[in-house]
Amino acid sequence: MKIITRAAHLLLAAAPLALAATSVSAATLDEVKEAGQLKCGIHEGLAGFAAPNSDGQWQGLDVDICRAVAAAIFGDSEKVEYIPVTGSTRFTALASGEIDMLARTTTWTFSRDTDLKNEFVGINFYDGQGFMVPKALGVSSALELDGTTICVNTGTTTELNVADYFRGKGMSYEPVPIETGAEAQQQFLSGSCDVFTGDASGLAANRATFPKPDDYVVLPEIISKEPLGPAVRHGDSEWEDIVRWSLNALISAEELGVTSKNAEELAGSLNENAEINRLLGTEGDLGAMIGLETDWAKTIITSVGNYGEIFERHVGVNTPIGLERGVNALWTEGGLLYSPPFR
Amino acid sequence: MPRTSKNISFVRTKLLDSKVPPTREKGVVLWVRKNLLSSWLNIILTAIVAYAAIHFAIGLWPWLKNGIWQASSLADCRAILADAGLGPTDGACFAVITDRWHQLLFGFYPPDLYWRPILAMLLFIGGIAPILFFSLPRSLLVFSALAPLGCFWLLWGGTLWLPLSITLGVCIGYAVLRGLEKHIAPSIAAVCALASMAFFFLFGFQPLVGFAQDSFPISIQKVASREFGGFMLGATIGLSAIVLSLPLGILLALARQSNLPLIKWSAIIFIEVIRGVPLIVWLFTAQLLLNYFLPPGTSFDLTLRVIIMVTLFAAAYIAEVIRGGLAALPKGQYEGADSLGLSYWQSTRLIVLPQALKISIPGIVNEFIGLFKDTTLVVFIGLLDPIGVARAIQATPEWNGVYWELFIFIGLLFFVVCYAMARYSLHLENSLRRDHK
Amino acid sequence: MGFIPTSPRRSFHIGQLVYDTRYRAKTVQVIAAITIVAAFWWLGANIVGNLNALGKDFNLAFLNAPAGYDINQKLIAYDNRMSHGRAALVGILNTLLVSFLGCIAATIIGVFVGVLRLSDNWVINRLAAVYVEAFRSVPLLLWIVFIFAILSEALPQPRDFRGETATASMQLFDSVAITARGAYVPRVAFTNSISGNETVVPRDGVSAVASGPTDWALILAVMVLSVGVVILLRRHAARVQQRTGRRPTIWPWQALLIVVPTGLVLYFLGATIVQPYLKGFNFTEGTFVRKSLLALWLALSLYTAAFIAEIVRGGILSVSTGQREAALALGLRPNKVMRLVILPQAMRVIIPPLISNYLSLAKNSSLALAVGYMDARATLGGITINQTGRELEGMLLLGIFYLILSFLISGAINFYNRSMQLKER
Repeated sequence: MKIITRAAHLLLAAAPLALAATSVSAATLDEVKEAGQLKCGIHEGLAGFAAPNSDGQWQGLDVDICRAVAAAIFGDSEKVEYIPVTGSTRFTALASGEIDMLARTTTWTFSRDTDLKNEFVGINFYDGQGFMVPKALGVSSALELDGTTICVNTGTTTELNVADYFRGKGMSYEPVPIETGAEAQQQFLSGSCDVFTGDASGLAANRATFPKPDDYVVLPEIISKEPLGPAVRHGDSEWEDIVRWSLNALISAEELGVTSKNAEELAGSLNENAEINRLLGTEGDLGAMIGLETDWAKTIITSVGNYGEIFERHVGVNTPIGLERGVNALWTEGGLLYSPPFR
Repeated sequence: MPRTSKNISFVRTKLLDSKVPPTREKGVVLWVRKNLLSSWLNIILTAIVAYAAIHFAIGLWPWLKNGIWQASSLADCRAILADAGLGPTDGACFAVITDRWHQLLFGFYPPDLYWRPILAMLLFIGGIAPILFFSLPRSLLVFSALAPLGCFWLLWGGTLWLPLSITLGVCIGYAVLRGLEKHIAPSIAAVCALASMAFFFLFGFQPLVGFAQDSFPISIQKVASREFGGFMLGATIGLSAIVLSLPLGILLALARQSNLPLIKWSAIIFIEVIRGVPLIVWLFTAQLLLNYFLPPGTSFDLTLRVIIMVTLFAAAYIAEVIRGGLAALPKGQYEGADSLGLSYWQSTRLIVLPQALKISIPGIVNEFIGLFKDTTLVVFIGLLDPIGVARAIQATPEWNGVYWELFIFIGLLFFVVCYAMARYSLHLENSLRRDHK
Repeated sequence: MGFIPTSPRRSFHIGQLVYDTRYRAKTVQVIAAITIVAAFWWLGANIVGNLNALGKDFNLAFLNAPAGYDINQKLIAYDNRMSHGRAALVGILNTLLVSFLGCIAATIIGVFVGVLRLSDNWVINRLAAVYVEAFRSVPLLLWIVFIFAILSEALPQPRDFRGETATASMQLFDSVAITARGAYVPRVAFTNSISGNETVVPRDGVSAVASGPTDWALILAVMVLSVGVVILLRRHAARVQQRTGRRPTIWPWQALLIVVPTGLVLYFLGATIVQPYLKGFNFTEGTFVRKSLLALWLALSLYTAAFIAEIVRGGILSVSTGQREAALALGLRPNKVMRLVILPQAMRVIIPPLISNYLSLAKNSSLALAVGYMDARATLGGITINQTGRELEGMLLLGIFYLILSFLISGAINFYNRSMQLKER
């Protein structure tokens, strides 16, 4: 049905006058509401961030960001169409309107924000690039890696960081570019490269799945800042606000102690902390300011939990990935997560 | 003095029974001697091959034999192996396949609807049977024409009135063509038929579907193409592309043989440009660039974009196959048709194409095999074909670290399907060969 | 009484455009031309409109911007401060290299297996059949991934070569090291190098040697020259044979002409063989053939060879048995039958599909990224597009590159077809 409609549109649009008629940057919120689904670009498969379970449901930290936004808009976190995008196709998919938002472990950089016409709404994971080596190599610092062979994921900022780091230190290396995580892991384990470089979270996740994890060690040096965040198209500030504040709601909820379990209860009556009331929509109407329901943030938290819950569920110490909160802890607990106030 | 001979007969009246051949000249021994050890070179080669095969089997066997078929995760697999006193890599973890086979086959298609793609596949096979088996009655070809629409409906779901209305549109075009053909020039009749179809699809189609659906709702659950995956995605892309590319391919092949230079050169340029650039570049074009070529604001589903692109790609190759079929027809057929006073379209439709297409079928089947294998490339643009699904599975917390088992499974499935089709195409080729052997 | 044909009317009426064969051809072409122009105009307008809407432009300036990424295998000098254009060129050369190597290996394997398929040894011809069917029925991408992974599992790591308890050793008198990272093979360097921009430090305290393009160009020039002289010599011998019926013995001269000048040049340049040896984490010196190249090369050539084998088998079988029998009846020996009767006829059938297989091999090399081989698709069509966001320009350039490559190869097919075509009615 849709196909034919589109075909008809194409034929009609042959008239050059129609060129100016539509534009991808029309109100995204309206389009999403009309479609009844949020089209969210995710990773094709990255442990802890996006991977399908045996029922075909996508799960992971990035996936939950998508679900949070869907919950804010529709009051239902399941109304998401997950669209796996590759490292090289993600920005085009966003620009062309194929996806409404991108939550695919994307590093926020200057040129991506400006030249590539994306709008990063915040940071949902602070990462940094590190190195993993077999213990047998006898290396304890990245400065001893001169002359090594390094497995690098292509199509990411990773390869640029390694290039910069080694050039800066005046060391040489042999890059082995690899496309996917699974292949990189296989190559590293079979000894095709001495060193495996990537986001430190990913390295830890990979190490956990090795047949003998104790034979490998992640070096202490972190050579880059990798602030990973969701992004939207340039030019639609209203939509940008919705995604940004959905993310902020997750972080604020953790800071305010609102969890998926107690959100309903806290919303039942007015609390002493006015920010909780504003967040849950029992005081004031922040939702209306961004074109959403009053209880938008409450829905987010009841359906996906706060940031801390998401983190623990997908990448925390009790998961096979087993990451500590580290810099991803709240600012009040010595981390970097900081949400502007809900006021 | 004549010698009288008594009853000495020099000619045996009865045939002797043949002697039992020596052991070395019969049965297994003969076979081995003739086929394996006929010369020193052959003996050496046989020995080398036998050694390599045995060595390979001995190396691989324990891994297969110790394979774990029931486990919930890779860690679980390794624990079971450890209980059996084996190291983590001493046995395969086939449990990943028992756990996820449905995703490798159907992607994320809703599990309770798996009967639909299966039925669609059967319908398709039923549909192509009259084309592939020449003994079946020709009237079944109508079924062949309808089968793709049925498959489309089964796979994507939605209202039944959509495929029915498409059929109606095509019928209208056909009726106009046949009706006008007798009165005006066939080319004008063809243009009129196309125009009437275009008119129908642009203006009458949607209201009709909407009206029919409102009055007599017949529909099944819709499934978005995003949920297609695994082998089913490859088959869908490959089969739709081949079916859709046939008409285009025939036209291109005819155009390439045309006497009109402009038509001929447009066809040549199209075919050569498509064939000159790797499929993967075309897929990236579909992914990255197709939206640039369409009016701003139109955005297609990626699967559909890929089907369009692969159709164009396949059309160029099919055109070359059919051109081969056209060239293989004896020149007498063309001349015979001309001498009967048939027009270009008449001779093409009645004499040339039926024969050329028949010769081309094995080639088309081979093109399909190639295309089906090439659908694995869609993994590079983020579609979840079998390899894409395998990589996604490798990223789940349970199966992170599984490598060979998935790829071996995928490789075996591809082998079975493609090998069967290749054998069939070979058989067809032999039965079509009219010359002496 | 008599039938007087009505003379054709001079005047022209509109129906003639369709009914009159004289005009119909023109009508059809004019309509086609209008359609094509309209379609291109529509596409062009769309592209302009879309680029405007996205705030982008069509601009090749990105090719001059610094690339920032490293490429491991580079046939020309490159580092990460050089431009995207240079990176694209490195990728293009890598594509050409693997395609060229692949075509050679595929032909050799293909012909070999094709002949084995006709062998009367059951094991051999079954094995050849299994090989052909396995490679033809499984997607190339899977084979590439498989072979890459098998190489890395099966081959030793550089550290296995080290120390007292080395589990692996170098091959061919310690000159070749085959590791899970690739093969290190000896290379030739020159003590009296005339270009010498690449210094090599061999292991056992030999003074530093070097090699560079000028040295190789010189050697190549001398070789070409001596081959030229050999050809002249053979022509002369053929002329003498025509005249006198006896061919003068020239092979000693030929051998001398080939060996001596090149040998002299090598001697004066001070050619030495530099062997790879372990240093630090890896082997060093020698030529490093990376595993990505090895795996891709192996996969491409094994895959294509399966198709070539079938072509070769078909070609040999296509020569009718009468030809063979007639040749035998003339008293030719079997190898001459093959060389003079069967092969020339089989070639006519074999060569065109063979070259079109070369074409698909060259195009299939674009799967290189699966093993991290940095070809044109991985550099220009991958990382560069990714970093700069110039997908329209990048894809266009990439498409043009492959088109040129294909036209060169298919030009060869057409040339061959034209020269070998049986002249029929």
